[in-house]
Amino acid sequence: MRRDAPAIAVLLLLALAPFAGFGEGHELTLLARGMIFGIGAVSLALLVGGAGLASLGHAASLGFGAYAVVVLDAAGITSLAVVLPAAMLAAAGFSLATGAIAIRTSGVHFIMITLAFGQMAYFTAASLSAYGGDDGYTLYGRTEVWGSRLLENRLAFHYLCLGALAFAWGLCRLLLASRFGRVLRASRENELRVQAVGFSPYPYRLLAYVIAGALGGLAGLLLANSAEFIAPTYLSWQRSGELLFMVILGGLGGLHGAMIGALVFVGLEDWLPQLLGEHWRLVFGPLLILSVLFLRGGLAGLPATLGGLRRG
Amino acid sequence: MADPLLQLRGLQKSFGGLRVTDGVSLDVVPGEIHAVIGPNGAGKTTLINEVTGRLALDAGQVLFGAEDITHLSMAARARRGLARSFQITSILPGFSVLENAALAVQARQGSSFRFFRPVAQDAALNIPALAALEAVGLRDRASLPAGALSHGEKRQLELAVALATAPKLMLLDEPLAGAGPEETARLIEILLRLKQDYAILLIEHDMQAVFALADRISVLVYGRLIATGSVAEIRADAEVRAAYLGEDAEA
Repeated sequence: MRRDAPAIAVLLLLALAPFAGFGEGHELTLLARGMIFGIGAVSLALLVGGAGLASLGHAASLGFGAYAVVVLDAAGITSLAVVLPAAMLAAAGFSLATGAIAIRTSGVHFIMITLAFGQMAYFTAASLSAYGGDDGYTLYGRTEVWGSRLLENRLAFHYLCLGALAFAWGLCRLLLASRFGRVLRASRENELRVQAVGFSPYPYRLLAYVIAGALGGLAGLLLANSAEFIAPTYLSWQRSGELLFMVILGGLGGLHGAMIGALVFVGLEDWLPQLLGEHWRLVFGPLLILSVLFLRGGLAGLPATLGGLRRG
Repeated sequence: MADPLLQLRGLQKSFGGLRVTDGVSLDVVPGEIHAVIGPNGAGKTTLINEVTGRLALDAGQVLFGAEDITHLSMAARARRGLARSFQITSILPGFSVLENAALAVQARQGSSFRFFRPVAQDAALNIPALAALEAVGLRDRASLPAGALSHGEKRQLELAVALATAPKLMLLDEPLAGAGPEETARLIEILLRLKQDYAILLIEHDMQAVFALADRISVLVYGRLIATGSVAEIRADAEVRAAYLGEDAEA
């Protein structure tokens, strides 16, 4: 269980954060955003770190979750009991349909085909004039829980996001340690070996892709509720790239890396503009490049990297 | 002779204009080691790849028991009891030695669509996996990362992984490749023990090993079988000596 300690520590810190100086509106919004992208990044880490599938279209599954909220909102349905399964199923369905094709490819082809599917989803969202098209859609209320407007309460929303993050991490963590996960991990290391002992990796990879998609849908639902506004840019390939970056920034050594990567990424995105004004990206970009160059294990591997330096 | 376990009938394969497998027919009966020898580039590994399903044939049939498996995938053939080892060591370096074998046990045992129980403590997988490691003398290495093994030990692990699939027939592609003299002796000993329980199609360059292990030998030259027979027959065959064995046969 020592391997789980960092992830549990991060979750505990997030649970305490509202009472430890991060209880203001802006800070809670930021933390929620970090946790939501944390869910997206953890589910992507299941694919990248676990199954060796570097998807550049993961934002589309968040988009499907978010647009499920929009479509239902426009139809007057705002109950979480409907919206939650709808968001996760919509994203899982998209992942199943696109993954069934994408997973037949590998390497660069897989990256390009997931990118293409993601962009298709983006342009589709942009053309949905009933839901605002390019301009996006404003939600006039958050999703309701058994008829109550519980999620309007910032603290309640904070803990909902935390619970969802803990769920996503716990699920992916269990999956990777199971028989199913062993086949995934083995296929990442040596596909030929896995086939030679009698496994076809395809159904395992496809299922992982669908599960990651469903978790992306969950993140999308929360994202829509957090911002109370949804635009097609949520689905764009730049957003997929950011998710991938969060995973790599955090480190592929474990799922907690993706969590840390997402929180740090979202934090920097907020903090650097305050510090540096409008040209903050001039610093942000090189910072990300430097982190890839010098933090081989990502932020999660930082203690080991520093330990290695000290020993020379 | 017992009914053959594996029958190859008229296998044909060309890469462009090059015939790499040209009408190869041979069989392996239960309990024997049938060795395929031949000079470099004769198409020995290609033949193994055709039998395992990694390469599709242009023509010909592969029968396993009574079943025609010519068009089955590599994974489907493995599940029917056709295990292979690779000439170039093909293990999971980041997995422990035990996990390498346990993955193979998992392939033949029940469903791998199990999602929540930790696999590392799965006794139903680990006990047979340890038995396979024991059979090749790697039990005391079980918890090491496979990538940390010596070359000879990796060759042993290749055999353990094949064993762990509970095969009916083992296709061993140069199991002694790159092994030093001591490692070779140890591997030959292991193979002699395996021979008691499994039919083996063996490809090997080391003639001493082939003569020590094989019941029958087939000689492959430029994709064609030029002879099949007992060790003594092959040693005595003039065409074989000219094509391949040369002075080696006298040694």
